[in-house]
Amino acid sequence: MTSTAARSRKVHRKSLGRRIVDNWQPYVLLLIPVVITIVYKYGPMYGIQIAFRNYNPGLGITASPWVGWKWFERFFKAPTFDRMLWNTVKLSFYGLVWSFPVPIIMSLALNQLRFKRLKRTVQTVIYAPHFISTMVICGMLRIFLSPSGGLINLLAGTQIDFLTEAGAFRTIYVASGIWQEAGWGTIIYLATLSSVDASLYEAAKVDGASVFQRILHIDIPCLLPMIILQLIMSVSGLMSVGFEKAYLLQTDLNRATSDIIAIYVYEQGIVSAKYELGTAVGLFNTAINIVLLMIVNRIAKKFGDVNFV
Amino acid sequence: MSVLSKRKQGELSGMSDRASDIVLVIISVIILLIVAYPLYYILVASFSDPYDVYAGKTFLLPSQATLDGYKAVFAEQNIVRGYGNSILYTVVGTIYSVALIYLVAYPLSVPDLPFKKVVSIFFIITMYFGGGLIPTYLIVQKTGIMQTIWAMFLPGGVAVSNAIIARNYFENSIPGALKEAASIDGASHFRIFFSMIIPLSTPILSVMVVFSMVAYWNDWFTALIYMTNEQAPLPLVLRNILIKSSASASQASMISGGYAELNKMTEMIKFASIIVAAAPMLIIYPFVQKYFEKGLMAGAVKG
Repeated sequence: MTSTAARSRKVHRKSLGRRIVDNWQPYVLLLIPVVITIVYKYGPMYGIQIAFRNYNPGLGITASPWVGWKWFERFFKAPTFDRMLWNTVKLSFYGLVWSFPVPIIMSLALNQLRFKRLKRTVQTVIYAPHFISTMVICGMLRIFLSPSGGLINLLAGTQIDFLTEAGAFRTIYVASGIWQEAGWGTIIYLATLSSVDASLYEAAKVDGASVFQRILHIDIPCLLPMIILQLIMSVSGLMSVGFEKAYLLQTDLNRATSDIIAIYVYEQGIVSAKYELGTAVGLFNTAINIVLLMIVNRIAKKFGDVNFV
Repeated sequence: MSVLSKRKQGELSGMSDRASDIVLVIISVIILLIVAYPLYYILVASFSDPYDVYAGKTFLLPSQATLDGYKAVFAEQNIVRGYGNSILYTVVGTIYSVALIYLVAYPLSVPDLPFKKVVSIFFIITMYFGGGLIPTYLIVQKTGIMQTIWAMFLPGGVAVSNAIIARNYFENSIPGALKEAASIDGASHFRIFFSMIIPLSTPILSVMVVFSMVAYWNDWFTALIYMTNEQAPLPLVLRNILIKSSASASQASMISGGYAELNKMTEMIKFASIIVAAAPMLIIYPFVQKYFEKGLMAGAVKG
């Protein structure tokens, strides 16, 4: 025991050079991940500058002529710019407002459920949609929303073609998002609730507190830090609203609400190979996300111990 | 407060407990049905005659039960090839992802590693900031991995948030005294990594494997931009069937019964292919479910 302590003290006295040599093996382990990260993560960051250039693959990135804000201006002047910006903001805002509380409410209910087998069954089932591809989810949505014999129309006795209604798009997007992810979202809240001291519940019971009062005075205060943390993380990703689902549910007739910035990046940058424009718009999106991240980080610091970066 | 009134209160709360039990059970069952029924409905539809499905005859049980949908799915060359591609990408991608997660997580859990902070920040930055779709696309082009299997996972880099979860697990759940004892006995970092960390971290390993598998199995966008049609994984193949609703040429040539028959076949393939695509992951995840909590909490508490 004493020799261990002496040894660890000796370790700390070693010089930096000595410690680096002693740790050559962990550095070797890091080698491949670091190289891949430099090439495929930092490489693209370096490539962002083509947003300010007329990119000529023959000349390479740095030799291509500098054009300043040209591509950004083109984006801002695009006939659909206002529509895309507001669709992006609204879709993610509605998504956040409607989706965020659902896993919290579900967790509060499930946590008070005394029949453990039922609780476990519900948990297993509600995780399932999280494991299904967006492609399959959108395929299912198209089947359910079909005007001729889709489940929704069968149940409602109507023949509405929902995916051609611009007014229905956001509801479809948000509701299916809740269906797919709310169950998965309960994991973190249920884990937090499982750390509540059982004697608190006992004491509350003796004092005659109802289930509702126990939720209100024990569970919710216990969850609050986690709720704030989750909210911060959601807000900071507000502009990265899911491209996949919007793209797969888009039809010519619902573009008024389904056109979002991410689709524009894909269509301009990849499909039409306008690399500079695609890069500029992507950068615009990232910039807004980073500003949001900094704002919520500052707000979070006011809450004290919530530190997420 | 007299003893009597306290007991009375206890009884009251007991009564309201029973009432709230009922309410909670009802809520739980409703949640259960809302989540499960759409999946069940598709499962039933996949064994039914599609005209009966669209006529509303299959809310609970199949009508004119048949396996024709599944037969058609597995007779469809594109789907079978897509299935093979998906399995390939999922297996190789999962090995790649999990290996990288471990290669990053272990060094970051070594207590006295010099420049650990710098290395952490180097990786964490990529969680919050990236070059975006187009610059990444151009790098993939430039490094010559376009239309090769490498394009399916190299551009993703390291799953940093998972690496942090794994690191926290190594630090908190594998006793430091054990590692110290091993290193005093002369075990190198390599030996500790391979003979101690990997075998002792199976719970977190299984979570990482499942998370990675799901991500690769369900991915289609990477293949859409980097791969050819022949290399398309299952979800991308299903795009033509599920989203564009187009019947393939091989289907059209197979059917002799004209347009109505072709139409029927297209619908049957839709239902069956949804089940075929979703089933593998839905079968696997319950086995590691008990570890999800641990995995996600480790990541949330200490980012």
